Amino acid sequence: MEVTLTVNGSQHSLEVAENTLLVDLLREHLRLTGTHVGCDTSQCGACTVHLDGRSVKSCSVLAAQADGAEITTIEGIGSPDDLHPMQAAFRECHALQCGFCTPGMIMSAIDLVQSSDDLDRRAVREGLEGNLCRCTGYHNIVDAVLRAAPQMK
Amino acid sequence: MAEAIESGIGAPVRRKEDMRFITGEGRYTDDFSQRGQVYAAFLRSPYARARLDSVDASEALAMEGVLAVLTGQDMAADGFGDLPCGWTVKQKDGSDMVTAAHPPLAHSIVNYAGEPYGLVVASSVAVARRAAERVITEFTELDAVVNPALAMDSEDIHAGVVGNLCYDWELGDASATDAALAAAAHVTRLDLTNNRLIPNAMEPRAALGIYDPGTGEHTLYTTSQNPHLERLVLSAFVKVAPEHKLRVIAPDVGGGFGSKIFVYPEETAVIWAARKLRRPVKWTAERGESFLADAHGRDHVTHAQLGLDEQGRFVALKVQTTANLGAYLSLFGSSVPTYLYGTLLAGQYKTPNIHVEVHGVYTNTAPVDAYRGAGRPEATYVVERIVEIAARELGMDPVELRRRNMIQPADFPYQTPVALVYDTGDYEASLDKALQLIDYAGFPARRAAAAVAGKRRGIGLSCYIEACGLAPSKLAISLGAGVGLYESGEVRVNPTGSVTVFTGTHSHGQGHETTFAQVVAARLGVDIDDVELVHGDTGRVEFGLGTYGSRSLSVGGSAIVGALEKVIAKGRRIAAHMLETDVENIDFEEGQFRLRDSNRALSFGEVAFAAYVPADYPEDLEPGLSEKAFYDPENFTYPAGTHIAEVEVDVETGVVALVNLVAVDDFGILINPLIVHGQVHGGLAQGAGQALLEQAVYDEYGQLQTGSLMDYCIPRADDLPDFLVDTTVTPCTHNPLGAKGCGEAGAIGSPAAIMNALTDALGVNDISMPATSEKIWRALSG
Ligand code: FES
Ligand code: FES
Repeated sequence: MEVTLTVNGSQHSLEVAENTLLVDLLREHLRLTGTHVGCDTSQCGACTVHLDGRSVKSCSVLAAQADGAEITTIEGIGSPDDLHPMQAAFRECHALQCGFCTPGMIMSAIDLVQSSDDLDRRAVREGLEGNLCRCTGYHNIVDAVLRAAPQMK
Repeated sequence: MAEAIESGIGAPVRRKEDMRFITGEGRYTDDFSQRGQVYAAFLRSPYARARLDSVDASEALAMEGVLAVLTGQDMAADGFGDLPCGWTVKQKDGSDMVTAAHPPLAHSIVNYAGEPYGLVVASSVAVARRAAERVITEFTELDAVVNPALAMDSEDIHAGVVGNLCYDWELGDASATDAALAAAAHVTRLDLTNNRLIPNAMEPRAALGIYDPGTGEHTLYTTSQNPHLERLVLSAFVKVAPEHKLRVIAPDVGGGFGSKIFVYPEETAVIWAARKLRRPVKWTAERGESFLADAHGRDHVTHAQLGLDEQGRFVALKVQTTANLGAYLSLFGSSVPTYLYGTLLAGQYKTPNIHVEVHGVYTNTAPVDAYRGAGRPEATYVVERIVEIAARELGMDPVELRRRNMIQPADFPYQTPVALVYDTGDYEASLDKALQLIDYAGFPARRAAAAVAGKRRGIGLSCYIEACGLAPSKLAISLGAGVGLYESGEVRVNPTGSVTVFTGTHSHGQGHETTFAQVVAARLGVDIDDVELVHGDTGRVEFGLGTYGSRSLSVGGSAIVGALEKVIAKGRRIAAHMLETDVENIDFEEGQFRLRDSNRALSFGEVAFAAYVPADYPEDLEPGLSEKAFYDPENFTYPAGTHIAEVEVDVETGVVALVNLVAVDDFGILINPLIVHGQVHGGLAQGAGQALLEQAVYDEYGQLQTGSLMDYCIPRADDLPDFLVDTTVTPCTHNPLGAKGCGEAGAIGSPAAIMNALTDALGVNDISMPATSEKIWRALSG
């Protein structure tokens, strides 16, 4: 089947199998390998991207469901010369180690900040409970989200 | 110069590697693809123990897109060797441990659920997986041995391994320990289990095998913490390919925690299949496969006795442990419950008599090997739990009891009764700082306030020590290691004065690209951005033993220091020639080769350029400025510290909240405190996971009941508190950086602290890890 969608601002029309997952479309068809796959039970959040501005686990969305949608991946939010405030805060606060959870964590964190007011440490922890990180113990991730939040308003 | 100071030793430099990770440009094994690439799916045993009677692949082979079905039989026919264990443990009676053959792919018998016995290669992952389901395999199921405590009384799993006993190992003086226990004024006894864990690095294991028929070269991209060791084992033991025809590349790796040290069946099979089919073959584990077939960690059953005299001084510690090794010995599986465990049982204390006996047993479960801390968390758990309980039994303050027994700064070097010589430390300094950070004195008030709110609050300490910086080669080899444990480093100064550094260690989250660059930039006086670290590729780095045991900086960094000193020595000779003086008159500081007592100097860049454009150059010197060094440590390093936990239990529900977790660690000299604190945070999270959430559970048939992230609970952000971490410093005395290593401490100290806090809150001596709400609720209601 054909799927037409906008990814990081460019439009793509792709021929995919009906059961193709959005994450596979991104990784295998478009070679956007910044979005990762960490599990097979929709538990880890490594695959998180934005679909029409809200974070989704792209391993749990069919490519077909994304037909007509605007997708933003980690590759689409900033560049080394012009980092998104959340990317910059992750680096500043040492909120990543191996980097595997990081793209999904950043995409979730951006949505969290955009969709909530008055985040405190507890609220950030609860808001990110769908994203697993095995390296950082989350402490610095919480720091990073709270650092980026005011800069995103 | 400002930049040099900001990036110097001890500066919290923001990581160089982060830019690619935060922009989605990291490159992990599964991100690499080759033209013509095909995909593997493994055939895995559904049984914990069974005879493999026949494999019928005809239906699978008839499917469109299926290229091959390869089995363990095929691999054996191709002359492949077994996966070796890299450490031969000597038993109590002097004989070698009993090793069960571990074929990369099972060919006649399977010994754990999930064990691979073949693979399907197909044009897509989906086809490969579907075809794997269509392979018809006949098994004869056999009785599985699952419980390590019963393994020695169960049917033998492996022919020739009597009582499933791999080894009966001991360390220390048994009779002196028994005599001291018999004479002790008080003996505390404790039965403990150290729960079995599944590492769960967020990046699942993966491998991409490439064969070039023109040159006969094999290239293996894989998720490895030690690509050179991987190449050595695959070449020398498994006979996959000669070492010079095999290149192993471990690109960005998404966490390891030990689980990616080992050489696994899957990467072995992938490179073999690539050669057979003349196509690049890729495999990436599904998380479910990680649960079944990554090496697990811990899994001890222990009985311990601590004897004390009237003054509360420890007189003897006797420990008997059964360690589950799983179905086969993984690469370092044998050494973890012995040399990395028994040797640490002195902890921070002057216990004069210690004896430990370990039965390493085979069971029909996944192989067990090093997981963050590897043996040292298990040792700390025994020591720090029993010390705490002794204090309770004697009605003493647990802090005071520890103080009374601690090795003091004046006692170093300190020879323990279990083989190690601690070089330095100041244990009370860490203890004092930790007590202050958690406001120990204020705890009774917090406890009382909690009680008013219907909650039970508890506090617990753990004063741990670890042996890191693996390892002095001669000692390790004399104890059974099959390889040296030195490290290599190379500093290649480019003609323009920038520096490329090569290390045999591997970074999979630890930030070596930054920390090592800080070391190099500080010593050479160059900008940190002009230093690039190369690691993880046997085609680019000469040799190395990889990253584990918190060794990278203390061993690998020291090798780089050795190479730096050679570069500087050569630079001084070049500078002396150019400044028309003797080499003794040249000092190197802050990036300048200076003629002493003059204002004449050459910059590092000028000397580098002269080395490659030797117009005016010493006659007896080779051009170029590139040096290598190997560093073999004299001793282990001994990071140590105090972790203190405070918990609050809801009496109605049994829900436990970890409210405070403090860690004060002595890692020696810190290069980058930002990275060090991050390492501690991650370790604390894994320690908290062990204490409160995580456990691998097999049922009586050997089926893994915790085979997904829905059944095996790794900590999420809302399970953990903010951490309070700090350090004290006694520099390591025997390496040039004074560094001890920081990667594992968090996971080593924290479980005992948390469990001491929880049992304090509940008023019981033990509750088994993980202390789930259900267990706590039962303890409260019972
Ligand atoms: S890959 Fe784990 S939630 Fe999508
Ligand atoms: S940084 Fe490694 S999993 Fe989060």
